[in-house]
Amino acid sequence: MQDQSVSGRVIKAPENFLDKGGIQTVLSEAKQGRRSFIRNAFAAAAAGAGSAMALAQGNPIPTEGGDPNIINLPAHSTGLGQGVATEGYGMPSKFESNVQRRPSPGLTQTTQASVSFAPLQSLFGMVTPSGLHFERHHQGWWDIDPSKHRLMINGLVKSAKVFTMDEIMRLPAVSRFHFIECGANTGMEWGNVAVPTVQYTHGMISCSEFTGVPLITLLELAGADLKKGKFVLAEGADGSSMTRTIPMDLIKSGEVFIAYGQNGEMLRPEQGYPLRLVVPGVQGVSWVKYLRRIEVGDMPYAAKDEAVHYIDLMPGGLHRQYTSIQECKSVVTTPSGGQVLLDKGFYQITGLAWSGRGKIKHVDVSVDGGRNWRRARLAHEAMSKALTRFNMEWIWDGKPAIIQSRATDDTGYVQPNYTQLRAQRGTRSIYHNNAIQSWLVQENGEVKNVQVS
Amino acid sequence: MSRFLNLALAAALLSATAGALAQPNKYAGIGRDATPKEVAAWDIDVRPDFKGLPKGSGSVAKGQDVWEGKCAHCHGIFGESGEVFSPLVGGTTAEDIKTGRVARLNDPSFPGRTTLMKVPTLSTLWDYINRAMPWNAPKSLSTEEVYAVTAFLLNLGGILPDDFVLSDKNIKDVQNRMPNRNGMTQDHALWPGKELGNAKAKPDAKNVACMKDCVAEPKVASMLPAYARDAHGNLAQQNRLVGPQRGADTSKPEAKDGEAAKVAQAAAAPQAAAKPEAKPTAKAEAGAAADGKAVMALLQKNTCTACHAVDKKLVGPSFVEIAKKHAGKADYLAGKIKAGGAGVWGPIPMPAQSLSDADAKTIANWLAAGAGK
Repeated sequence: MQDQSVSGRVIKAPENFLDKGGIQTVLSEAKQGRRSFIRNAFAAAAAGAGSAMALAQGNPIPTEGGDPNIINLPAHSTGLGQGVATEGYGMPSKFESNVQRRPSPGLTQTTQASVSFAPLQSLFGMVTPSGLHFERHHQGWWDIDPSKHRLMINGLVKSAKVFTMDEIMRLPAVSRFHFIECGANTGMEWGNVAVPTVQYTHGMISCSEFTGVPLITLLELAGADLKKGKFVLAEGADGSSMTRTIPMDLIKSGEVFIAYGQNGEMLRPEQGYPLRLVVPGVQGVSWVKYLRRIEVGDMPYAAKDEAVHYIDLMPGGLHRQYTSIQECKSVVTTPSGGQVLLDKGFYQITGLAWSGRGKIKHVDVSVDGGRNWRRARLAHEAMSKALTRFNMEWIWDGKPAIIQSRATDDTGYVQPNYTQLRAQRGTRSIYHNNAIQSWLVQENGEVKNVQVS
Repeated sequence: MSRFLNLALAAALLSATAGALAQPNKYAGIGRDATPKEVAAWDIDVRPDFKGLPKGSGSVAKGQDVWEGKCAHCHGIFGESGEVFSPLVGGTTAEDIKTGRVARLNDPSFPGRTTLMKVPTLSTLWDYINRAMPWNAPKSLSTEEVYAVTAFLLNLGGILPDDFVLSDKNIKDVQNRMPNRNGMTQDHALWPGKELGNAKAKPDAKNVACMKDCVAEPKVASMLPAYARDAHGNLAQQNRLVGPQRGADTSKPEAKDGEAAKVAQAAAAPQAAAKPEAKPTAKAEAGAAADGKAVMALLQKNTCTACHAVDKKLVGPSFVEIAKKHAGKADYLAGKIKAGGAGVWGPIPMPAQSLSDADAKTIANWLAAGAGK
């Protein structure tokens, strides 16, 4: 094994991220008694309370009797500000430039077949700003001239049809909030902890208000045979011309739509401008970008991403094929891995919950590693197959704490923990990891990504 | 107008509307029929039953030629390379070809899973090579080349003999030799509909919403080793600078428990501010080097960036490395870009590039002058 302490980098291992040596280190550390580590930490905190948190009073009264930020009026209170339309398309504050989507180092070798993760640790509410939406490209992204983009419908139809964007945008539209989650979200963590922050563990999810036309409208326009046509192939116009088989039940229900709008404006190029498929509750790879063709057929298509990738390896060596639904899942976004709590005292634990089968019914939060749970408050009315923000008040006493969240959806399904998930699916699946996430808040205020047993 | 006429008119209008809504052309003026030529241009998918497969054939031998020219620089001479993408070939046996189940998928100690270990359907390979390969010039292979490359790939995996010619006539027989053809199951609850698999399947992993004294004392079973602390960069720069918490300064060792963590505001300063200003392209030969931005556009346009990055090695060496090694040698570089080559930077060959002489010259000048931004 290389001297990791010198390189300071984790060696690439696409499926589990840590190399063999790294995994052995983690396992042996675990065996040597992370358990006693926790117990000792609890004991130490009890014994040496007070010394533990020298950390910062964030808001002290200065000796001169007042905060200079109050006493001395700043330039923005004593001068003239900037005019309207200084920027025709407004940008975030310059103080927000740490809030960026980012790739995970070593995960992929090219930037065109790769992923960037949304900074969940810095987001509020349920909507992902379009510029921070996670990216997954299979052969690079394009900015396509909408006047030249066409949608074709063929296969088991009375007559194959061609539509321009102008025509599609004349049709009756729907606007709906939905999450999109990559099937491989949290995939690096099946075997062990592999990445430090919620951006990398859960950042392949985003939620937007999408606007577009139900696919069933277009199928009816083409005279699709909805009896024989049990499956639909969706195909992109980009280099890889991404294809996926779309379930007809979801199309008939009117849920599946072709979207051109995202959060009040047109789709971003990275999200498939000018047209993408929206398949609520189903993994992101089915939301085909740069959508150019819909084919109605009578059997599933076994596309590359249904026969080589996006298949789930089970114990025993069989792969599950056509796994599509993103099951009920949640994660605490603050406090979360890589953050540091500034002080003891009151905090709001906040996070996101979602289910590909419907609405979030409730979310429970534990601060003791899953022994005891309290019901969180949903920040807004839960919508079907959309992100739901939850909050829970918490007073941190400066002692170690393991924070978890556990979501339940309106089918009654309860998000599983790692033990339960692995008992069914082992550790080599890559896809559809919806296990309960644990964050260890240490005495020094630093939060770590951990898995508990 | 009489009142009667008014009513009649209203009724007529009403029935006209109702009639229109009931008809398939209720969205008048939207969409038109596709021509057969248009459908042929786009309807390229091949299904597991080989519907959509064009007639034709290609030999293993021809496939080897195509492979070495267009595929090997990413996938390796034997399809084994994991440098750029996951390996295609390896891990299958003659026994697997008999059973249709790849035994090594059941062996957790076997590193990685190749395409041939996983793919159950031959149509998938043909379809994807045809629609998406090569990486930087998708859809450029002829039908014969797609058959040939598919045959060669299967030959590398020991599935087809050296003298085989794959064709639309024998492809169904070859399907019966796919090593993992029986390796898939659709018996799960993750398909939203009743069209396939087991419509009665229930979600597999079960939890209950217990609220009190649920589990024994939790034990931390896994966390990142200390050496990986900054593997994802300085986390202080990945968190907002206002709010209940900051990002941990992972450029320094962690504060010990019982000791206050120091939140270094300096370390958390926005990354943009930390970026050095672009260096001027010094040593440019009498203005011969175009500015970096224009060259970047050229590199993108000619898909050079599929294999090269500015300052790190991808498939090929970084532009900065090339600039260092061949400083001032613009003519040599222009020639190399056009003709391709192998051996200067390692065994992976660079294929000949079909860009214009002017573009090649511009890029070569930029490289020769230091590959500045």
